[in-house]
Amino acid sequence: MMELVCPAGTPAALRAAVQAGAHAVYCGFADETNARNFPGLNFSREEMAAGVAHAHANGAKVLVAINTFPRAGSEDLWHRAVADAESAGADAVILADLGLLAHAAEHHPRLRRHLSVQAAAANPDAINFYAEAFGVRRVVLPRVLTVEEIAAINRDIDVETEVFVFGGLCVMAEGRCSLSSYATGRSPNMNGVCSPASHVAYAEEGDELAARLGGFTIHRTPKGAPAPYPTLCKGAFVSGDQTGHVFEDPVSLDATRLIPALAKAGVSALKIEGRQRSRAYVAEVVRSFRAAVEAQAAGRPLPEATLAKLTEGQAATTGAYAKIWR
Amino acid sequence: MPLPMDLTVGPNLFFWDAEAVRAFYEGLAATPVARVVLGEVVCSKRLPFWQDEIPRAVETLLEAGKEVAVTSLALVTLPRERRMTADLPGTGLPIEVNDLTALLHIPEGQPFWVGPLVNVYNEGTLRWLAARGATRVCLPPELPLASIRALARTGRDLGVAVEVWGHGRVPLAISGRCYHARLHDRPKDACLFVCGEDPDGRDVETLDGQPFLAVNGVQTLSQSTASMALQAGALAEAGVASLRLSPQSRDFADICAGYADLLAGSLPGEALARRLAPLAPGGRLSDGFVNGPSGAAWSGPHG
Repeated sequence: MMELVCPAGTPAALRAAVQAGAHAVYCGFADETNARNFPGLNFSREEMAAGVAHAHANGAKVLVAINTFPRAGSEDLWHRAVADAESAGADAVILADLGLLAHAAEHHPRLRRHLSVQAAAANPDAINFYAEAFGVRRVVLPRVLTVEEIAAINRDIDVETEVFVFGGLCVMAEGRCSLSSYATGRSPNMNGVCSPASHVAYAEEGDELAARLGGFTIHRTPKGAPAPYPTLCKGAFVSGDQTGHVFEDPVSLDATRLIPALAKAGVSALKIEGRQRSRAYVAEVVRSFRAAVEAQAAGRPLPEATLAKLTEGQAATTGAYAKIWR
Repeated sequence: MPLPMDLTVGPNLFFWDAEAVRAFYEGLAATPVARVVLGEVVCSKRLPFWQDEIPRAVETLLEAGKEVAVTSLALVTLPRERRMTADLPGTGLPIEVNDLTALLHIPEGQPFWVGPLVNVYNEGTLRWLAARGATRVCLPPELPLASIRALARTGRDLGVAVEVWGHGRVPLAISGRCYHARLHDRPKDACLFVCGEDPDGRDVETLDGQPFLAVNGVQTLSQSTASMALQAGALAEAGVASLRLSPQSRDFADICAGYADLLAGSLPGEALARRLAPLAPGGRLSDGFVNGPSGAAWSGPHG
């Protein structure tokens, strides 16, 4: 069966995900070492150890994301995170930075290493490089590839692949995007945040609500209408005679219907985005996906009705997995 | 006072026709820059239209006494792109790695350069790359001065020249999706090379008319032109070895000469900035990544 890798922003979400059938949960420490460094989110050292113990007692794994790029002069913070993940009993760490990978391979050789999507390893040569140089055992693929390309990659590599199937969608190659710091000074690579709430301002102007990020208008919605969060790359902009979502519509990723194709493409694990989501959301999504991967493994049709419920009322896309997206 | 840095010209990020490429590198040969990186970094589909200019440009630049390196693609996904990357060592020129894919093809011990699209954020990464053979590293443009200082110091200890994004629209993101094609309602595979219509990228403004970004095929750039005119002293003091100037379609030889005067100590940064602003596509400068609240910020006077 494909492994279901589920988000846990809090200890409560971790327990909810495990109970709902997650094969593995991924989480991070409450600091800038992980790419979801949001207020009120993530794990203290004690919470991590307790979370790992709980997951292991219930047959699930814990993968610790230490996937930002260590700041020059402060690498110790990231090195400590790797050491603490190992002592907490984590099953793997998810890393992106070359220097941190080298450090982990040298000082924590028995700790399994996964390559974060933030490393944007998008072809077999790059993946084989990380496998040979740092003993990486699994690669989370960037969201720029089609299913056919994923199948081709799996034919040319010896390590496992993990792909995103549900939740927020980066339209840029992850780990290679400075749009957020251009507008706000804070970025996913350096600070573990994208389009941070600290730099968002809303203003009622006439009949509209303007949402700005670092002073740049990201979208305007009619007063009273639902206003999406102003994530930079999902904004509405003007270019020449065109006005609209230049980069991506405000949609989220839903590749549930591609589960059989992804299995056939040799994918080992399916990842659900959303460490910032509530435990109720996590539980519902995990339950549905567990049913879907079980059905797939048993050769039964996917449980369409449960899956449809998840995206009801929301715009969803299969993203780069279908070639036409490009 | 002269600043102990030199000038490196990065690969052209945009899609220009062969004649424009030829004229550009012929003009560049006469400028006081120390080295030039060339080749296609953004989109492999463009390369056939101008690749015959590369050997000619290399010859022209070498004859003019420039160091010359060839860049790897920034995002390698297609088999054709893997082959292109694998073929780079065959050029006999130093390779500037802009995606780690290229490392698989560079023999251990062969020196190489690292471009701004590789994530070099800390000393551990720089040390690993130096041990693998890196001799020059252009840092990612989003790094603040404190990081630049720490990395330049480490670079000096390792014998790696550290370079900083000195001039040009800043590469902010790369995607599997082509935004030029999307703006023209075309699929990427039938793009008809519309990015060629915008030799410095296509401007993107906010709904309130604020200048913001520029798209260049699969790449997204800042609309402002980053300039280290007012930061050059701080960067030299930090131990930076070179400023990278990124090609733009107009006035590039003048821009190179301006920075050379700045480094020679004969042109103050403020005067250079005043000269550069009207030459920048869109007319705006920025230097906020190095020393400001955000990348888009500019430390000098506006207008």
